[in-house]
Amino acid sequence: MNAPSTPQFCLRLLRRQLVLAIRRPIEIGNPLLFFAMVVALFPLGLGPAPDKLADFAPGILWIIALLSNLLTSDSVFRSDYDDGSLEQLLLSPQPLYLSVLSYIGAHWLVTGLLLALVSPLFAVMLNLPAAGIAALFASLLLGTAVLSLVGGIGAALTVGLKRGGMLISLLILPLYMPVLIFGSAAVKAAVIGAPAAPYLAILGAMLSLAIALAPVAAAAGLRISVDA
Amino acid sequence: MPLLAADNLSLERGGRQLFRDLSFKVFPGQLVQIEGANGAGKTSLIRILAGLSRYGYEGRVSRSGAMLYLGHHSAVKALLTPRENLAWHVSGEADFSDRDIEHALARVGLYGYEDVPSHALSAGQHRRVNLARLYLSQSPLWILDEPYTAIDVTGVGELETLFAQHARAGGAVLLTSHQAMAVDYPVSRLDLTAGIAS
Repeated sequence: MNAPSTPQFCLRLLRRQLVLAIRRPIEIGNPLLFFAMVVALFPLGLGPAPDKLADFAPGILWIIALLSNLLTSDSVFRSDYDDGSLEQLLLSPQPLYLSVLSYIGAHWLVTGLLLALVSPLFAVMLNLPAAGIAALFASLLLGTAVLSLVGGIGAALTVGLKRGGMLISLLILPLYMPVLIFGSAAVKAAVIGAPAAPYLAILGAMLSLAIALAPVAAAAGLRISVDA
Repeated sequence: MPLLAADNLSLERGGRQLFRDLSFKVFPGQLVQIEGANGAGKTSLIRILAGLSRYGYEGRVSRSGAMLYLGHHSAVKALLTPRENLAWHVSGEADFSDRDIEHALARVGLYGYEDVPSHALSAGQHRRVNLARLYLSQSPLWILDEPYTAIDVTGVGELETLFAQHARAGGAVLLTSHQAMAVDYPVSRLDLTAGIAS
């Protein structure tokens, strides 16, 4: 019996988290259902004029994506904290940075990635011009990964609190803003025929930065939460 | 060379001094039972020794070699089967073969439950899944917080035999418990109320 190598261990963690998510499909379905419901609300509130909806569509889609991510980010470490798995993870000889990255990666696969995949459908519901759909998909793919990483910091810091939901929103919403700005700008640019690539590049830069720094912050947050 | 050394540990919680200038060493082959009334600071001490509490106390703790820590919570996922719980355990100590896992589960009386979802198991069986890690462990030092919780009388007896075996094989066990250990092996006692190790 040898200790597993670090990549092996991370893949195992990823698999564990995905199996846990798949065995509770309601947790995967909820954010998507939330997305669909809120998208359906906008034509009711704004009036069903197709061109007006098309104008607002990039912003609306991105704001809902952000909120649905906010809904789920609280749960990344929650159940592991409650049942004591988190203590075991902290005592593990494996690097916590990569373990945390595996947790957040699994979270992104079942929230952000799925959302990006079904986003064209919601875009059509809001009459987003076809030219913007590819940019929406690409910006959501990059942007939701940043959201999951940043959300992981908030989740790690508030996991020890009974009701961390409101606090996590206050902590991480300001950090979500740049993602919202460049994400919706990418879609708007694509709609009017301008290149979306510069905005996507900035989102990519944010993602690189988040991958490098967010797990460090989340790991420190977890140590503090378990210590308290 | 001690597996664990505590040097002048002092802890104050909520204005009460739980222990002061507590120094002791745990050597290979030692079985140490931490005793004390509820609220005496047993769990706090265990968490400091395991390295989970890193602030708020004075003194130093040094450990050499790998450690296995079992806390109050069983760290068993209800959505995973006992086999998956052990094979994908977050502690990342070792790669266990299927046979080793089955053997360990059989030792804690879970033969036939390997692939039953853990939410169908009782609280005591959850604890037993967690205790199966002891049979898989290669770590010399075991730090156990109330390992007998929800375990029946025969189970407690088997655990005590296992602890003695582990100590004879050159390991060390440090545990908290309210029950006196009925085992054919010398047990050192650390009474937190008195604050002195005997």
